Order: sequence, then structure tokens, then C-alpha cells
Amino acid sequence: MKYLKFLLVGIIFGVVLVKSEAVSWYRIYEMFKFESFHMYGIIGSAVTTGIILMLLTKKLRFKNINGAVMNVPKKERGLYRYIIGGILFGLGWALSGACPGPMYILVGTGAFSVLIVLGAATFGTYIYGVIKDKLPH
Amino acid sequence: MESILQPWPWYISGPLIALIMFVLIYFGKTFGMSSNLRTFCTLAGAGKKTKFFDFNWKSQKWNLTVVLGAIIGGFIAHHYLSIPTNIDLNPKTVSELSQLGFENAGKTLLPAELYSWDSVFSIKGLTILIIGGFLVGFGTRYAGGCTSGHAITGLSSLQLPSLVAVIGFFIGGLIMIHLVFPLIFG
Repeated sequence: MKYLKFLLVGIIFGVVLVKSEAVSWYRIYEMFKFESFHMYGIIGSAVTTGIILMLLTKKLRFKNINGAVMNVPKKERGLYRYIIGGILFGLGWALSGACPGPMYILVGTGAFSVLIVLGAATFGTYIYGVIKDKLPH
Repeated sequence: MESILQPWPWYISGPLIALIMFVLIYFGKTFGMSSNLRTFCTLAGAGKKTKFFDFNWKSQKWNLTVVLGAIIGGFIAHHYLSIPTNIDLNPKTVSELSQLGFENAGKTLLPAELYSWDSVFSIKGLTILIIGGFLVGFGTRYAGGCTSGHAITGLSSLQLPSLVAVIGFFIGGLIMIHLVFPLIFG
């Protein structure tokens, strides 16, 4: 039962991303072409809402479900990993038109060929894990 | 009901995505979709040889459940909450795509030129999907997060590393669309 809430969050996430068309390859393409405001509107309003929610959380010291103060895990320090990893991710995102969330959701819409992209992404993560200590972070 | 069946505007969808992030943080977790790819590797046994994958996958069961929900949500939204609608693309985008060989732009979520089985079973089509997926999976773990972890959660909590990563996402995306696409599809 304690997993039911996560299932519900996932279902809402899937519905929102399909209904906003953020799972569409075409929406990602036009975003990188600067030919539509749609994706910028989604990401911009998500981040704006998120910043307000997180500032309120900090100010009012909201507690989470376990009674502890709500907090977001801090990203590790570093530069190379964020810029190089980020660029590699962006190349793949634009080519496949899907980041990890939409990959799962697209499978649900019946686009089973996306499983190939998902498999390749899992393999990419595996290779990163294998060679991670040789990479600059 | 009619407005639910139509595509949702950005000013509804964006804040809802922020709420999803907020609810996961309230549940004592975080919003990160790409972490599941690492869990998949662990489930496949990668932890036996590689330390990076040597962790108890059960600690990630909640996130795998979110993924399962996302798949179900995709199914529900596509089959029960949508009426056939073309994606409202800029006519300029449609004509550029047509020059690159993409016909019927916006009539489906994904272009048949890349995702139809005909394309998947061609060398070029398969190579594109595999390279695209590989770069996403490698890049996201190297950068320590994807769109959900960095662009939404990281930026919302004003973390500098996430801003750098998101700038990286855009540099990569712009290079792909503006420089590489004309070479592979032109």
C-alpha cells in the first residue's frame, strides 16, 4: 500500500507529459529551433512554480511525510561532469526526441520502438558506470 | 471534459510538473527519472562486477513504481483522455522538417521516419535510435541527472551545478539540431 502513492504520482506525471505534448519528438525539435514558445513555457512555468514552492518550504520549514524538514538533495560540486555530461545528454535528447521520463511514458502510449532507445540508454548508463573513474568530474 | 481531451496549455502543464516534484520531496524522495536506468543495470546483475551498480535495488522500488505509473499514465492519456489532434507546430517548422525528409510533421507524437518499424529495421534508423539512447543514458549519469533532476528539481532549488548541466543540455541540443541534423537527414 505504501507504494500506491508513488504509482499515483507516476500516473499523473504520465498523463501531464502526454497532454502537454512534452513527450513529442516534434516539440523537442521546435524547442531547439526556437520556433515555438510551448516547451519554454512548460519548463519556465515549472521552474518558476518550483522556485516559489521551495522558497516557501524553506521559509515555513515544511515537514515531509516522515516529520523531518523537507529538503532537496544537494548536487555534488564539479564542473566537467555537468558541462560534458550535459552536452552528451543534449545531443541524445535532440536526436531521439526523448529524455528518460518521456521514454517510459511513450512506451505506455504504445510506441514500442522506444524500447530500443530505452535499452540503449540503459546500456549508456552501464558504460558510464564501468568507465566512471577514468572520466573528469 | 472537452478541455481535458484537448492538448493542455503550458501554463497548466508546467505548474503541474512542479507539483509532482514537490509531492515527491514531501514523500521524502526526489524527482529523478534517469536514476532508474542505473537501477535497471543493477537488476540485470551489473553490481557483481561494477561498484557503481552495487547497491540494494530495493531502496529504489519507490522510483520504479513511479516509472510503472508513468507508463500507465501514458496509456490512459493516449487512449482515454485524448482525441485525435495534430500537434500545433509552427508552419515554418513543418516546412523545414519536410526539407529534411520528415513528412506529416505533428500528425503523431513521434515521426514515422524514425520510430516506425520500417525505420527501426533499417540500418540508419536503428543506428540513430541506439546512438540517441546511448548518449541520453551515458550523458545523464555523467551529468548526475536529466531534465527532471536538473532542469526541474535542480533549478527550482537554485543549484548552480544544475544550471551548468542545463546549459550543457542546450548546447548539445543546439549542436544536434542545427549542425548534425542537416548532415544525417539533409
